[in-house]
Amino acid sequence: MLSILKNRFEQGYRTSGYPKTPVCLPARYRGRPELNMDAPVDVIHACADVCPQEAIDPVAKTLDMGRCMFCGDCERIADGRFVRFTQNYEIAVAKKTDLVTKGTLPDLARHAKQHFKKYFGRSLQLRQVSAGGCNACEADLNVLSTPFFDLARFGINFVASPRHADGMVVTGPVSRNMKTALLQTYEAIPEPKVVIAAGCCALSGGPFQGSPEITEGLDRLLPVDLFIPGCPPHPMTHLHALLSFFK
Amino acid sequence: MAMELMPISNGVAVSRKKVPHLSFRDFADQTIQMVSDGGKVVQFFAYPDEGGKVRLMTVLRKSGDLFAAGCDAPDVYPALSAEATCFHLFEREIAEQYGIRPDGHPWLKMVRYHANYRGVTDVFGNDYAEDIPGRYPYYTVSGEGVHEVAVGPVHAGVIEPGHFRFNCIGERVLNLEIQLGYQHRGIEPLLTTVDPKRLSAITENIAGDTTIGHSLCHAQAMEALMGLVPDDGAQTLRTLSLELERLANHVGDLGAISGDVAFLPPANYCGRMRGDFLNMTLLICGNRFGKGLVRAGGVRFSLTEDLRHELAGRLGELKPQVRHVLSLLMNTPSVRARLEDCGRVSFEDADNLGLVGPAGRACGHPYDVRRVFPTAGYTRLDIPEYSESTGDVWARVSVRCQEVLQSIGIVESLLETAVDTTPVHTLPKIGIAADSLVVTLNEAWRGEASHCILTDSAGRLLRYKIKDPSFHNWHGLSMALRNTGISDFPLNNKSHNLSYCGFDV
Ligand code: SF4
Ligand code: SF4
Repeated sequence: MLSILKNRFEQGYRTSGYPKTPVCLPARYRGRPELNMDAPVDVIHACADVCPQEAIDPVAKTLDMGRCMFCGDCERIADGRFVRFTQNYEIAVAKKTDLVTKGTLPDLARHAKQHFKKYFGRSLQLRQVSAGGCNACEADLNVLSTPFFDLARFGINFVASPRHADGMVVTGPVSRNMKTALLQTYEAIPEPKVVIAAGCCALSGGPFQGSPEITEGLDRLLPVDLFIPGCPPHPMTHLHALLSFFK
Repeated sequence: MAMELMPISNGVAVSRKKVPHLSFRDFADQTIQMVSDGGKVVQFFAYPDEGGKVRLMTVLRKSGDLFAAGCDAPDVYPALSAEATCFHLFEREIAEQYGIRPDGHPWLKMVRYHANYRGVTDVFGNDYAEDIPGRYPYYTVSGEGVHEVAVGPVHAGVIEPGHFRFNCIGERVLNLEIQLGYQHRGIEPLLTTVDPKRLSAITENIAGDTTIGHSLCHAQAMEALMGLVPDDGAQTLRTLSLELERLANHVGDLGAISGDVAFLPPANYCGRMRGDFLNMTLLICGNRFGKGLVRAGGVRFSLTEDLRHELAGRLGELKPQVRHVLSLLMNTPSVRARLEDCGRVSFEDADNLGLVGPAGRACGHPYDVRRVFPTAGYTRLDIPEYSESTGDVWARVSVRCQEVLQSIGIVESLLETAVDTTPVHTLPKIGIAADSLVVTLNEAWRGEASHCILTDSAGRLLRYKIKDPSFHNWHGLSMALRNTGISDFPLNNKSHNLSYCGFDV
């Protein structure tokens, strides 16, 4: 018992004050990209060429956050002359087209579907379905339940049964072998329901694009309400997305 | 019988022409002989050679040495599994990937549920237009009081999909059958067709919790094929991040085990401290899992002096907290009572199945790639030989606690001196050695991870074979559940915490 108390004392109080107090991520974290429209054409092409994900359109001068793995190759190859990653983790969007960006993103809170706020603003129960990724997306969703993030204090929980859920968070590129189970889970959730795609795998197939075993974007199978970019999205990105979209 | 297998080294490319090409009979005899002399299978797979012939390749390890040999693949051949259990899953994989039938295989069942790469008749008679794996007769048990529990593919928590079929009598599990394949992304064939700039992005996502383990296997293989040599600082940073990965996973799992025995303080503290280890990796490379850190030729980030001091400071603060929480967990009698004698795997079963990593070490098999086939910074470190003997949850937990303390020591020592490295950027545009074979091994946190690349006469990737440690260990979990109460499944599951996606590739 004494040992339990000693440990309790040593561990202290760890829950973050977010959203009231901001959380800052370290310098090397790569969040919302900023694109320089005045960059020389050859620099832009060099960035597009180096990208393993074909996420950069050199003609339109855009970056597709749905395809991007935030590897930072495009930034370092050109010393940030075209793409520069900021430490801003608030990068989720409600419309797929908004993933293709020049650096500015619409305010998620105002673009959220207002009826969702009404239905789910005080209590949101989510069923998570992992469908073919690398499991890092699930891992960083799971940590939302640890003391620092403490998602439950906002009335948001992950539940075991789709019957108890208001919506579904899907991670992974929806492998062929998970498609049926995913669709059945979706069917089992009562209306009205919300679908959240988290991670570049669920947004575009991610690093597995081109494999016949996967789906290149959850939105090809189901209507998606909220898109959370990242590989994986930082837990703060999730937290910001959930709070802005539903609160 | 003269030994005809060729000795090779971890991470050193050899000409495929030099690798002994045996008759199938000799290949089988030699391989079985080495395994019965205590050898273990590192890789065993089929590949299509130039000219369309399908061949088999094996890589074995025996007391500190690696050996390779190949042969033409017959369409049907007498199963090696009939002689030695450790070939069991490898042969099923070969049957699934290339449509080759091992005759007399004790349990010929598909592995990941996909059509074979050659377009030949399916060995299992599956129709892949039906997209649910598991359409085959499960092992059944019948009799009074016998029942089945089916779980998954979608599980209750935020975890990966897989199907578990428990045959029980009352509360006691007679057999647990594990059917995976739901996370199958077709990574191996994808790797031989993509633009080389995608290779590292794909391989670091084989299993996200083993990002560094798999990135290292990939980078070292490419380095061997391209003649690249990472500098000393890069080796240090690789070692450091592999240990941070081990720490995050072990600490997280120990917390989860504590949660599963309803001892909540360590569960919460470990969850938080796991995050602190992930955040140390975030500090180094901007990603909590180490994605984007390791690349062929070195690492992409330097360790500035400020960063080194920051990491050392954070570790200094964490170390006593970790020690205290782990001793709280291990010294609480009710925890010990739940873990001891639960889910025992015998030394012999672990040996026959070839269990690796902490799962193997818990059963008395001290094999550790860091000691036996060291790469990166491990050549300069002294990794002690260590194992437990009881093979139960308690042993697996003890091994992992020990490794946590050991890894903290390693990271501490690596942070003592300045780390000087020139970051690498994209894959240099130099050729890849033609007609070569390279095998790499690393001690990922679950055990031996291995990649094997074969190149063709033009220096293109002919075959990319990935083996996650979980490929060896899932059967260990099944064995642990035999005669164990079904309510002890979570403890056994968490003490192994195997990878679905690493297995499914
Ligand atoms: S950071 Fe994104 S856009 Fe840039 S190279 Fe990597 S994947 Fe491409
Ligand atoms: S998006 Fe990235 S982190 Fe998430 S599952 Fe896919 S590969 Fe893994």
